[in-house]
Amino acid sequence: MHSTNQVLIFVFILTSVVSISLASMYSGLKPIHEKNEALYSKKATLSAIQSHLDAPLSELGDEKVIEVFNTNIKQIVVNMKGQIVDAAAVEASGHKGGRAEDIDMAKEVKKPIEDQILPVYIYNKSDGSKLYILTVRGKGLWDEIWGCIALESDLSTISGVAFDHKAETPGLGAEIKDNKSWVRQFIGKKIYKDGEFKSVKVRKGGAKDAVYEVDGISGATITADGVSEMLQRGLAYYQPYLKTIKS
Amino acid sequence: MAEVKVAEKKSSTIAFGKKERKLLTDPLDSNNPITVQVLGICSALAVTTGMKNALVMAVAVIFVTMLSNGIISVLRNSIPKQVRMIVQLVVIAALVTLVELTLKAVAFDSYKQLSVFIGLIITNCIVMGRLEAFAMNNKPYESILDGIGNGAGYGIILLIVAFFREFFGKGAIFDYKIIGPSAEYLIDTNTSVIFGWYASNNLMVLFPSAMFVIGVLIWVHRAWNPKLVDIS
Repeated sequence: MHSTNQVLIFVFILTSVVSISLASMYSGLKPIHEKNEALYSKKATLSAIQSHLDAPLSELGDEKVIEVFNTNIKQIVVNMKGQIVDAAAVEASGHKGGRAEDIDMAKEVKKPIEDQILPVYIYNKSDGSKLYILTVRGKGLWDEIWGCIALESDLSTISGVAFDHKAETPGLGAEIKDNKSWVRQFIGKKIYKDGEFKSVKVRKGGAKDAVYEVDGISGATITADGVSEMLQRGLAYYQPYLKTIKS
Repeated sequence: MAEVKVAEKKSSTIAFGKKERKLLTDPLDSNNPITVQVLGICSALAVTTGMKNALVMAVAVIFVTMLSNGIISVLRNSIPKQVRMIVQLVVIAALVTLVELTLKAVAFDSYKQLSVFIGLIITNCIVMGRLEAFAMNNKPYESILDGIGNGAGYGIILLIVAFFREFFGKGAIFDYKIIGPSAEYLIDTNTSVIFGWYASNNLMVLFPSAMFVIGVLIWVHRAWNPKLVDIS
């Protein structure tokens, strides 16, 4: 049996060693972590327009991803009324850097809806036409889910999507990110019907409408419903902005 | 659960004899953490929807059981008995965090895939169970072997369960599509003459099926190895 003092000394030494080594490792690796995360979010944005890139995203090197992002993509930030927000105002609302890619959507969704700002990425294709990449965020079964939706220049046809999630179950809800053939279903779907905003739905048991619905995922009904809700609500936020481009 | 303290040897050479082999192979069969000791069921339910996830989880758990067993065994004589559980927990959590931070820096893509599992490793009862039952009483070398053995015993069951769930639930193995109702699959049930009647069972994708599969595995294991009946 150890005395109380021995126990205290042992615990003190153990926790000091563990916390100092973990803390120094954390701050030492932080720059690399941040670089990786910035690159990862660029890749996530580009994966929505996968089919328009020169090569599959997995074959593009890290430098090439940054190059495509810097040369072919124009970043703007809009508010809920569809007006463009300048970098200083974005920075003032709490996003260091002020560009669209600097916006932390997790922070933004906590604000009242009318105060939120939205990132828009405009991809200039080599033939001169444009793709609009919009960001949406919602709730899955366990935690947040989010995604990038790329629209063709007609602003209705989806040219690609990419979803991600914080903690959905691997093999079930996580399929919204991992199952490439499920994600591919969104390509060519439309979000407007006769000029009215309609969005795209995920239907359990298989899509019945070829233009506005995609198949559900077995065992992941709640996550799939979350995707439908996220698209319906998230894309509606962009309506004022999309109207200004159309007119 | 019969834990035999491995006799402390006079020589300190690292040998690999019958005893050491037993440390590695026992947890694969007659002392399997899942089918005999019924530990680690929670994560076995969660990550067995696909073989890829199960493999990643198995490798991560082998790594953590091996290192935590080694570290606790080195410290075993200086750990005060009153606080040993907390000390074990600190070591496991520190190791897992270490792995997480390293992965995030050098292999960000695998970090993104693994991040869901990392919490499951800390709470995996096999890790702590082995520290308490083995590493606290045995030398580092034997403890490391025991850690690898138990991690592997867990991993094998995980892969078997994942095979049944992925194949019968999604018609795929390691994400490679075998049988299903579209042209992407090796056998397309829409056009195949022999397998036209086949349909994937959605129940296999859901968690309860893992319970059924593990239950049947325990039965099969005991039928095949009658020594196990009535010992746990």
